[in-house]
Amino acid sequence: MSVATDPVTNVHGTPQGRIRLGWPWLLIGIAGVLVIMSLLRIITGVDDLSSSGTIRATLIAAVPIGLAGLGGLWSERAGVVNIGLEGMMILGTFGAGYFGYFYGPWQGVLGAILLGAAGGLLHAVATVYFGVDHIVSGVSINIIAAGAVQYLAGMAFTGVPGGGQTQSPPIDRLPSITISGLSEPLGEIEQKDWFFVSEFAAVLRAFVTNMSSLTVIAIALFVLTWWVLWRTAFGLRLRSVGESPAAAESLGVNVYRYKFIAVIASGGLAGLAGGFLALVAANAFRDGQTGGRGYIGLAAMIFGNWRPGGLFAGAALFGYTDTLRLRGGGETVHALLLLVAVFLVMLAVWQWRQHGHRSALIAAILGVIVAGIFFASDEIPNELATMTPYVTTLLVLAVFSQNLRMPAADGKIYRKGSVG
Amino acid sequence: MTGSRLTRIGLALAAPILALVTAFIITSLVLILAGDDWLGVWSQILSWPSNRTMVNILNSATVYYLSAVAVAIGFRMNLFNIGVDGQYRIASFAAAWVAGEAWLPGFLNIALAVLAGMFVGAMWAGIAGLLRVTRGVSEVISTIMLNAIATAVVAYLLRKVAVREEGSNIISTKPLPESSHVPGIPFLGGEVYGFIVVAIIVGIVYWVLINRTRFGFDLRAAGQSESAAVASGINVKKMILVTMLLSGAIAGLVGMPLLFGQDYAYGSTFQSGLGFAGIAIALLGRNHPVGIAIGALLFAFLDQQSNPLQILLDVSPDIVKVTQGVIVLTVVIAYEVVRRYGVRLEQRQVAAALDPQLQQKEVSA
Repeated sequence: MSVATDPVTNVHGTPQGRIRLGWPWLLIGIAGVLVIMSLLRIITGVDDLSSSGTIRATLIAAVPIGLAGLGGLWSERAGVVNIGLEGMMILGTFGAGYFGYFYGPWQGVLGAILLGAAGGLLHAVATVYFGVDHIVSGVSINIIAAGAVQYLAGMAFTGVPGGGQTQSPPIDRLPSITISGLSEPLGEIEQKDWFFVSEFAAVLRAFVTNMSSLTVIAIALFVLTWWVLWRTAFGLRLRSVGESPAAAESLGVNVYRYKFIAVIASGGLAGLAGGFLALVAANAFRDGQTGGRGYIGLAAMIFGNWRPGGLFAGAALFGYTDTLRLRGGGETVHALLLLVAVFLVMLAVWQWRQHGHRSALIAAILGVIVAGIFFASDEIPNELATMTPYVTTLLVLAVFSQNLRMPAADGKIYRKGSVG
Repeated sequence: MTGSRLTRIGLALAAPILALVTAFIITSLVLILAGDDWLGVWSQILSWPSNRTMVNILNSATVYYLSAVAVAIGFRMNLFNIGVDGQYRIASFAAAWVAGEAWLPGFLNIALAVLAGMFVGAMWAGIAGLLRVTRGVSEVISTIMLNAIATAVVAYLLRKVAVREEGSNIISTKPLPESSHVPGIPFLGGEVYGFIVVAIIVGIVYWVLINRTRFGFDLRAAGQSESAAVASGINVKKMILVTMLLSGAIAGLVGMPLLFGQDYAYGSTFQSGLGFAGIAIALLGRNHPVGIAIGALLFAFLDQQSNPLQILLDVSPDIVKVTQGVIVLTVVIAYEVVRRYGVRLEQRQVAAALDPQLQQKEVSA
């Protein structure tokens, strides 16, 4: 089912086959994750690792990261690195707060998208038209957005009942969906604590209980992005611009136009991610609400190898680790250590068989240390638990970075007509 | 010859002026659209600063300068050290702890603490360098993650070693002994951080290192073209690691003026966000030590001059962040526009100069 990618060459110049992840593999992967979660729950006795409450919270934590990552995907597939995602998300939170409070929640969604897209437009003008370094433009957009939103929020919400200098009054909720015919029986199965079955029920239950309509839209956007970018002529041209703009131009593709469309869409998606934070995750705009999620979204996209499926897995991973520390704090994160230790040992074995003896040794030593911490302590101090998603990101990137392949012309500045 | 030199100087000045004017216009537009008293805002910001404000500007510029130099070293090598923020916070904490313990007397204690700070900053940046060199992890992402991790680690360690002031929620490290305070330099009736001297020395060393040493040459070469650097025998991986360590060590200095000249302890209220300001200022100053100094003064000037806006005009001083961000973006755009214009100018001149020669050749042939 999945799209074939050509075998790529890694840094050392050896050809390397890519694993094609079709539907069967995806299902096996999900089942595997559920089995691991069941095992972990039984071994450590921490029930909250896989309750439907945790899964639902994971979904809410993962959607903004996923949407931001999706924004990054659009832009980087067209060859523009977008580190301004964070700023565009900040614009989105304010758009949702302002239009959400004064006009209504759906107008809030629209406002978030529009303000985010405006940030995208700025990035596109700077990077595509003026050829500014992509990171420079992104960093400036983050500064401008943070300052502008602080300033505008002070103007808009000071003196409004329930609002203030740094936050909007509560916004009406978007409608949410519950299928009670499924939700209740699944809840009963979840209570039984059966191996695997209960986890499966918990995941299903999270998807049919109290699911915000914006979450449904976000999931639809994932599918839509995949379809547009990998199944339409438009998407093929957009990706060709990110791989080889010179070749694309020689075939008559208007490189600038595609880059503009991609980066503006990217901003809109990042804005929606911010809007989700203000409208669904919280119910008001607050200053500093994004908390670096734009950057994590970017990391999730890199983790996902610039593909929607991988990005989805990355966002879910970060959402999950973040949820665990929020709900259970140190105790739940502590249970996760065991998983990390096992993972590192498995990695060591795999590396050893790949003849990466030194990295195998490092992984093994780290694994033993983590296991040692797990058995020597009862919980992780809460301050340290806050770094779970970030450490996970670093760890995952450190392990998988070399197998990743970004669009060939990603981050490169292209001048129209610079070839023949 | 003089004509072309004049053009060149004019072009070099045109970009920053263009950027400042654009930033002025955009900020004014935002103020007008929001219905604020834009003329009042500018007359406050552009008024001549009082003596006290002048001292504050110099102090805040000192800190910005160190932060921007830390970022700039990375930039020269094409490395984006976005982690200066985390590096200086964890380094300041380490230095404050070492200085607070006061194992050595007076000056030696300061020296030890500063070295400890630089070391910790370098190590924290080194993690990103190591991940980049051995595992190919982009330093942009890893330093961002390390910023967040630094926040967690510092919060945890601070709780472990902290002393709490009576009747206050603020926790901090043990205060520095009186003998380890770095005295200020009297200026306009106030006191400028003694560390301003260190900042100036760092600027000079940075210039010499980049422009006058083999290492600096290698660094710039690797920054401009990695493949060319490899071809000329530069070990790029080593350069990446060393550059990250250097950048981190200077980042470790960022918090020192505050620690030894103002706060005398590291607490939960220690100034944050300096690393991000440093990125903007390094970009503004084009990574040149003098340019960075001008950028740092400009940012400090805007910060300090906008402080009274809330009280005077009921305008949020956050508006200058918009100005600062726009300046950074427009200065880069302006340089590009001016460069393109310069190239076109040169092409026209060259064409004009070649034309008669061509005709001469044809005649002689």
